[in-house]
Amino acid sequence: MSKKISIDPITRLEGHGRIDLFLNGDGGLENAYLVVPELRGFEKFCEGRPVEEMPRITQRICGVCPIAHHMAAAKAGDAVYHVEIPSAAKKLRELMYSAFFVADHATHFYALGAPDFVVGPDAPKAERNILGVVKKVGKEIGGRVMQLLKDNHEITAFIAGRYIHSASCLIGGISKPITAEERDQIIERAKRSIETAKFSLKLFDDVVLNNEAYVDMILSDIFTHRTYYMGLVDENNKVNFYDGKVRVVGPEGKELVKYSPDEYLDVVAEHIEPWTYLKFPYLKAVGWKGFVDGPDSGVYRATPLSRLNAADGMATPLAQAEYERLYDTLGGKPVHQTLATHWARLVELLYAAERSLELAQDPEITSEDVHTIPTETPDEGVGIVEAPRGTLTHHYVTDEHGILTKVNLIVGTTNNYAAIDMSIKKAAEGLIQPGKPVDDGILNTIEMAFRAYDPCLGCATHTLPGQTPLLVKVYNHERELVQEICRD
Amino acid sequence: MAGSNAKPKLAFYWAASCGGCEITVTELGMRLVEAGELVDIVFWPCLMDFKYSDVEAMDDEVIDVCFFNGAIRNSESEHIAKLLRQKSKVMVAFGSCAHEGCIPGLANFYDAESILERVYDTVPSLDSSRGTRPISSVQVPEGEIELPAFYERVKTLAQTIDVDYFMPGCPPVVDQVWNVFQTILTGELPERGAIIGADAKTNCDVCPRQKGQSGMRIKEFKRPHEVDLDPDVCFLTQGVLCCGPATRAGCGLPCIQGNMPCRGCYGPPDGVVDQGAKLLSAIAALIDTDNPEELQHIMDTIVDPAGTFYRFSLADSILSELKYKSDGTASLPPRREG
Repeated sequence: MSKKISIDPITRLEGHGRIDLFLNGDGGLENAYLVVPELRGFEKFCEGRPVEEMPRITQRICGVCPIAHHMAAAKAGDAVYHVEIPSAAKKLRELMYSAFFVADHATHFYALGAPDFVVGPDAPKAERNILGVVKKVGKEIGGRVMQLLKDNHEITAFIAGRYIHSASCLIGGISKPITAEERDQIIERAKRSIETAKFSLKLFDDVVLNNEAYVDMILSDIFTHRTYYMGLVDENNKVNFYDGKVRVVGPEGKELVKYSPDEYLDVVAEHIEPWTYLKFPYLKAVGWKGFVDGPDSGVYRATPLSRLNAADGMATPLAQAEYERLYDTLGGKPVHQTLATHWARLVELLYAAERSLELAQDPEITSEDVHTIPTETPDEGVGIVEAPRGTLTHHYVTDEHGILTKVNLIVGTTNNYAAIDMSIKKAAEGLIQPGKPVDDGILNTIEMAFRAYDPCLGCATHTLPGQTPLLVKVYNHERELVQEICRD
Repeated sequence: MAGSNAKPKLAFYWAASCGGCEITVTELGMRLVEAGELVDIVFWPCLMDFKYSDVEAMDDEVIDVCFFNGAIRNSESEHIAKLLRQKSKVMVAFGSCAHEGCIPGLANFYDAESILERVYDTVPSLDSSRGTRPISSVQVPEGEIELPAFYERVKTLAQTIDVDYFMPGCPPVVDQVWNVFQTILTGELPERGAIIGADAKTNCDVCPRQKGQSGMRIKEFKRPHEVDLDPDVCFLTQGVLCCGPATRAGCGLPCIQGNMPCRGCYGPPDGVVDQGAKLLSAIAALIDTDNPEELQHIMDTIVDPAGTFYRFSLADSILSELKYKSDGTASLPPRREG
């Protein structure tokens, strides 16, 4: 007799998600599906809009990572108009983007990731949330984390007016310079952020790496997939969030390809399955072989850990030292253990804070030369940035007046869709055993498998109490409800 | 609520939205933790444990206030909206999507088929699976998988259920969210149907920028990237379209402080039903000509007037009934009942 288990709804999904697990007659796992039941259709309704409005329109794709869309859209717009933006504008954009990364990564780590490690995967459910984390580490540290978020929201607002749905990146640069006073305020906040980033890594050491059980869990096969890895790198192959080329390395760590934004169609293709509204990107050169890993499958991942795997290092000194320590500890590059993504996220958090300070201290950062009026005829362009959850591609085609005629988007989390699906399946396989009832334990294991990806999903959940609420319904093959398990 | 010793029971839900409304709430930081001690949150998919069956099992009107963000895009969001209406005493359309459709509402320029066709048939990154469509019930080797139905058009919350209050903004700014929470805690709610968490005036009324000595006389509209934007002068005086004249105040002008024009996310001010129509008439009045041909010429320099004037309110406007086909033509379908 076959059974279907629906985990419905999963929240902390941006939009809505559901996991359908199918069991075979013996009660073991037959297959797993991560179903994304939502579509909004930005690719279509942006047609007819003026391309310069795209930084403000497309950030409504995601209110968790609006600045990623704001940046990708501005860069695609620059490319459409063939305009080179002033150096100070580029630095201001990267500064606000770095501050955004600090806030975004910190919220994920403390509200989403940390409860599993700091409070513990087996802790009472009522405590396995951000309040439980604060209770465990103390209010002083909780306040420090709140300060970190506030500081970086404010850095963004100095440059862009506000944090959620900013206004200031426009084709040719940015809408206003910053004053010396604003710069000084930014420097003060960036310095504080570096200290809190260092503290966060120390906390990870104390709580996770010094605990053998957690290290075993990170290294276990159930949370491991050998895939290709993607990430944006600078001219020295160091991790960069704002600009550069996209580098892809294989499961052995060897470079497969390094491409410019306008070459993305040569590298990435998308596969459609009829059981979900979301598409599955994969590497064209390797091909779509289904939901499997290894060198012959085009499935790739684009996560904090993927970016570290795809790069040769970090461009700032403290982050570089942490990068080396991560690979020394986990046995060299590339690291395939999905849960190590949490650690990689903290290395990136430190990099982003260091980079913010570096840029804020750049003498050019208060330059008033922040906008170049485009003069070329607009036609077509691609903009790529690293969103916190993966490489983000915006591709626009316009008429000669800059009115959009075609739009294509490959969004951060989407890159990882096949891999998240595989991770869920593997975790479920490891847990669902013939003859054993499906209990609450499965829920947290499955959660940990997808939570490492911070599927953009996360949204507001990043900062507040709670765990992914799950409802598992077990049906028999007649679709009769035979068992219901829920979190309370 | 007033007159009761019990903590008010609140619910939060998101339908077709971006998550920015939830992020705004979390921007309250420590204030949210404070508020959390004064209320009982009984349903919040994004932050807390819940299941739909918990809501289904509740008595009717057991939730004191439900904050609903997101537009109605598919059968799932409609179902949950109706369920929450039944269980809630007070329903608040929270944020621009629930209030007036917001950016997702721009999809109403196209029919559902055009959207599906673009996403699954014609984008350039598709492989040989091109043309495969997600369908409501799919047989996979192991069994059946179901998907919610994608609706023909985006609807606002009030087009779906009765709404008691409307809180504008994309997203509502954090201080306004705090004001509204405090209002609820005191139990002093305004008259049903009111706009909350915003002001009655327009952004123009409260904007500190200089409007020019002899008023605004526009000879040509320019796009924001085509000019060097003066940070102290009214955008319209600079010839750059700004939606301030027909947009409700209350946001604190963060975009304008960022030196970019308003795009209207707080919706129409008091006394205005259709924000786009009001904007059109306000802008037309600023054009400096009596010559009909020149007027047409100047109006032609406004690119995408419908998508700009109705940037956030298309789903709540008469224009939403227009159906644009992939060949660019449009038709007005018969209004649906109910």
